[in-house]
Amino acid sequence: MSARVLLAWPLPVKPLASEFAWACWITRRHRQLQILGKDFVKGRLLIERFKQAGGSYFSEASVWFLDEKRRVGVLIGDKSYFVSADKLVLATGAQERPMPIPGWELPGVMAAGAGQILLKSAGMVPDGRLLLAGSGPLILLLAYQYLQAGVKIDALIDTTPQGAMSRSFGKLFGALPAADYLFKGLKMMLAIRRAGIPVYHHVEGLSAVGGEKLETVRFDSGKAGFKKLTNYELPADTLLLHQGVIPNIRLPLAAGCDIDWDAGQENWTVKTDEWGRSSDADIYVVGDGSRISGAEASALQGRLAGMHSALQLGKINNAELEDLSRPVLKSYKRHLSIRPFLDSCYKPSPRYLVPDDATLVCRCEEITAGEIRQAVRLGCTGPNQVKSFTRCGMGPCQGGQCGSTVSLIISEQLGKPMDEVGCLRVRPPLSPITLGQLSEA
Amino acid sequence: MFKTIEDRSANTVEILVEGVAHRVPANISVAAAALLCGLGSVRETPVSGAGRLPYCMMGICFDCLMKINGQPNQRACQVMVAADMTVERQLGAAEFEDL
Ligand SMILES: Cc1cc2nc3c(=O)[nH]c(=O)nc-3n(C[C@H](O)[C@H](O)[C@H](O)COP(=O)(O)OP(=O)(O)OC[C@H]3O[C@@H](n4cnc5c(N)ncnc54)[C@H](O)[C@@H]3O)c2cc1C
Ligand code: FES
Repeated sequence: MSARVLLAWPLPVKPLASEFAWACWITRRHRQLQILGKDFVKGRLLIERFKQAGGSYFSEASVWFLDEKRRVGVLIGDKSYFVSADKLVLATGAQERPMPIPGWELPGVMAAGAGQILLKSAGMVPDGRLLLAGSGPLILLLAYQYLQAGVKIDALIDTTPQGAMSRSFGKLFGALPAADYLFKGLKMMLAIRRAGIPVYHHVEGLSAVGGEKLETVRFDSGKAGFKKLTNYELPADTLLLHQGVIPNIRLPLAAGCDIDWDAGQENWTVKTDEWGRSSDADIYVVGDGSRISGAEASALQGRLAGMHSALQLGKINNAELEDLSRPVLKSYKRHLSIRPFLDSCYKPSPRYLVPDDATLVCRCEEITAGEIRQAVRLGCTGPNQVKSFTRCGMGPCQGGQCGSTVSLIISEQLGKPMDEVGCLRVRPPLSPITLGQLSEA
Repeated sequence: MFKTIEDRSANTVEILVEGVAHRVPANISVAAAALLCGLGSVRETPVSGAGRLPYCMMGICFDCLMKINGQPNQRACQVMVAADMTVERQLGAAEFEDL
């Protein structure tokens, strides 16, 4: 493989005459797409445009190695390849923020994103008593999509803390340029109300209960404005959990890019300039993989990084960059204007970020929050020490799932800011690779 | 626990799940197929032996580790089904000679 620059050709691609026809055809053809709506089709159009742009594309490829010299180890099928690049654009996207509640490891409990992936990629929906719990736009969207698909939702358990909405009211004005997002949110909320799904608000003490599998879901909820909470226990076959998404920073970390803790979004973000350039000027980190900015803004940021690297490689000059990027920057800023409102409104409640002692944090090695706290009491001051002490983060997922929770627990217990506590180091292989596949390199 | 919302019988493949033949839609992941076949768990953890099902479906959590075509430690959510594939639950850690 001889690709030197791993990016899409940055010059604007003319809208294809066939694009619209194709979108109409595909939407009509699949009931699944009718449920998923316009955004899904937009994504498909982006893929079509990329294909038209003529860059090489490798599907089902997994980057298992990356270093500061921009050497990339990639596994495609059963073969591993090494490529190096003059400029590298990392666009690793988001993953769901862990929601470690008691019993979240039971069969029957899944991430809401998993429910959505099953719907999007396999046309599959839960069968049986279904509860959705958590906070954030994605859980509303999933409820909405399930309603479109005719799925019965037994309850929506909203963990958004009391006062979050009123606290965020002031940020609504700034969000007006992106009012389309607000209307979309309202439409979803109305549909949920109209469907008559029981909604429990300001939920505390959420836990999943069962032996071999999920049986019931317990929680406390009170009416807005009332102090008194009522205990509930609802039978369930499937519980889908969600409290927002966080950047997947494993590749940027492996490449040595600097990160920061964003206290507003409650996650690590990669330091970048407006072109997406990281602390290493030859590495761009764009989209949700650097900072949660949403699907549309992520796509635009990818174009900006493409344009800027084209300048750096001498393919376009400064004036061309300015011309090309102006409309993209404008649109990018518009899409970003919704973020302060969303971040404030759906900031996860601290009690679901930092679980109580008995709750599993590391699902692989089965380490509880109590064991992590014990390690901190014995002198561990960061996640890497906790890892060697408890094996937390040493299992197959390499801390991909538990990493941010571990740092948050340490930060809370020591009263130290997250930037000081730091995050788990990443080590190759970044994703699993067998010795056989490695020897094919 | 999961069902399909549209008739996908036109394009299916046969796979062997825990020794039992199942006809499943083509173009879905092995993890999706395991859920569709109604497996109560896809693996048992090496530490406590607890049963697990896929959790994230996006390659992050590794709770979907299964033995696929004899090869252990496969993230079932990242592998697509194929005709005549054998899919088995992974019990505990993969044995050394399997690797
Ligand atoms: C579970 C979930 C559900 C969401 N649902 C919605 C929704 O319904 N509507 C909406 O508007 N937004 C949704 N979002 C947000 C939306 O997906 C993102 O804003 C958008 O996709 C970000 O685009 P991106 O290009 O930055 O990353 P992505 O579109 O996520 O792309 C990142 C890609 O990088 C790949 N990748 C990561 N690491 C590696 C590696 N080591 N090797 C190879 N490939 C790798 C990933 O597999 C992925 O394909 C959702 C996010 C999540 C996590
Ligand atoms: S279900 Fe999480 S990695 Fe497959």
